[in-house]
Amino acid sequence: MPGTGHDVQASPLFAVEGVSVRFGGVRALEDVSLEVAPHEVLGVIGPNGAGKTTLFNVVCGFVSPAEGELRLRGEKIHALRPHQLAGHGIARTLQGLGLFERMTVLDNVMVGADRLARAGFVRGLLGIGHRDDARLAAKAREVLGELGIESYAARYPGSLPYPIRKKVALARALVAEPELLLLDEPASGLSAEEMTELGEIITGLTERTAVMLVEHHMDLVMSVCHRITVLDFGRVIAAGTPDEIRNDPAVLAAYLGDQVEHDDAAEVHALTVAEEA
Amino acid sequence: MERLRSIIRPVASVPLARHLVVALVAFVVAMAVIGSSSQYLQTRYAEMAYFAIAAGGLTLLTGLSGQLSLGHGALMAVGAYAATLVLERTGGETLADVFVALLVAIAVCAVVGVVVGVPAARLHGPYIAGATLTLAVAVPRLANQWEVFGGEQGLQVSVPRATDLPAWIQDLVWFFTAVEIDQYSFLAYLGWLLLAITFVALANLSRSRVGRRWRAVRDDDVSAELAGIHLGRARVVAFTVSAMAAGLAGGLMAMNVRLTAPGAFTITLSLTLLAAVVLGGLGSLTGALIGAGVLAFLPKFATDLGESVGLSATQAAEVTPVVYGLVLMLVILLAPAGIVGSLRTFLARSPLGSTKEKTT
Ligand SMILES: Nc1ncnc2c1ncn2[C@@H]1O[C@H](COP(=O)(O)OP(=O)(O)O)[C@@H](O)[C@H]1O
Ligand SMILES: [Mg+2]
Repeated sequence: MPGTGHDVQASPLFAVEGVSVRFGGVRALEDVSLEVAPHEVLGVIGPNGAGKTTLFNVVCGFVSPAEGELRLRGEKIHALRPHQLAGHGIARTLQGLGLFERMTVLDNVMVGADRLARAGFVRGLLGIGHRDDARLAAKAREVLGELGIESYAARYPGSLPYPIRKKVALARALVAEPELLLLDEPASGLSAEEMTELGEIITGLTERTAVMLVEHHMDLVMSVCHRITVLDFGRVIAAGTPDEIRNDPAVLAAYLGDQVEHDDAAEVHALTVAEEA
Repeated sequence: MERLRSIIRPVASVPLARHLVVALVAFVVAMAVIGSSSQYLQTRYAEMAYFAIAAGGLTLLTGLSGQLSLGHGALMAVGAYAATLVLERTGGETLADVFVALLVAIAVCAVVGVVVGVPAARLHGPYIAGATLTLAVAVPRLANQWEVFGGEQGLQVSVPRATDLPAWIQDLVWFFTAVEIDQYSFLAYLGWLLLAITFVALANLSRSRVGRRWRAVRDDDVSAELAGIHLGRARVVAFTVSAMAAGLAGGLMAMNVRLTAPGAFTITLSLTLLAAVVLGGLGSLTGALIGAGVLAFLPKFATDLGESVGLSATQAAEVTPVVYGLVLMLVILLAPAGIVGSLRTFLARSPLGSTKEKTT
């Protein structure tokens, strides 16, 4: 179990209740329910096409579910539009990063802090919003510093190596001071060493936010998550602590039955390795 | 040295102060140049000023918020007709009449900007181009239809005579340039004054949170949305701001041309503005200024060129669009980032230049 020093509280911060999503004939999600407690890391795993990204898209309002609802701090959040998410304290990194390529790293992160900005149009027009901007810039630099990439502040993302780009995307999400952070495959493309560092970063994040983590790398998932929900063909097939998931026959069957896909071969391997450990 | 720095630092760190200083210096230089120029050149400078105002708004819209407009010529027409009609009512004999007319032109274009911008914000790529193209085609037609707009012949525009201007302005101009203000230099000074003010406002916006949001929306709309930015609102604000600049430019154009008629606002004007913006470098106000300079001075340059190779005056005048097209093609081929963009890249690569990004 990851030791964060935080007690995972009983009342959930965020809950998904009976959510179903259909794309034409494809049932991307079927009656999915889960809960995230404050300061908790909830892992969401499952083979390719299981519906993990779709679940995030439902949370973010990019996909509206056919059935079910979302609750934030006990309150139903109805058809939240994506741009309203930040205001509710939810931030997300994208699988494809989606950095602003023609803006500096600092500006990228400052956009992430936009919800904390106070200077509006008039101050912008008159050119007197610089204090507010300086405050955002300081905040952005602080987060960049925490992730150890402050030296890249003036660079453009396109010129940076992939692991740094990933950290920029993470910084952009973190700077908004979210209470719930959705990370979509943050470890893809990282070396073993970088993955260990990422694990430490995620564990450290629980001091300020809850995390929902979609990830293929089982050793990372097993080491940082407090609880894990397993999806297969859009359904929840298991939920529990890493230890429980590791020994769940349904989970093993789902992964073994899916050996055709390349990506998942690695997952099966990782899962068995994690099991042996 | 240290003292100088301690004076400069606060100025440089406040966008308003920095932009004001640059604009003030530029305006004083412009006054000196205009004051010592011939009437013909003064008219060209006045033309350059209103083209630059329109191009400045367009370059922010296209370069920063990532929206294309083929309808800015039409927005200039809206501003021109609005200003003309106001001057017709007020008589256009005082400086106050002029400013009221221009303010109305800006306000009317703000409304049109919102009305066109709201549906346009939902469109992307070729669709938004189509929507603004409709504007470019429809506005001159409308002007042609209705009696109040003077039909094909258009409307005469009355502006105050230089001798009727307040004495302090006449004195001020005389003090700075040692030349009496006249009709031509008055319009050029007015144009450059408004250009300086507009560019300060646009540069402020571009440097502010508003501009940062526009860039974010342009670069990645999904990420921008996740950061809490309402895409539609950001796009409409950008469209409205640039429509207001076009309205001001149109009002000034009316006062310079002294005749507001549909023939001046064809789709060619919209395309020419877009060309000026591409020429200078998308998103760069300096680029917009350079592009506007090319717009204002190229016809004379092309005609001179034509006559020097032995063409008649009428033939030479026909050369302008060809030269214009050639210049544009050369820039796109040799300097795809526009004149300013390429200079910036060049400076950044050379050991002399700094890599600091600039917007103005
Ligand atoms: N926008 C969409 N349109 C149609 N089908 C989709 C769409 N998004 C996802 N799907 C389908 O929904 C299922 C779940 O996909 P996804 O959530 O991306 O899975 P994961 O992230 O777990 O790999 C897949 O079968 C996928 O093809
Ligand atoms: Mg996915």
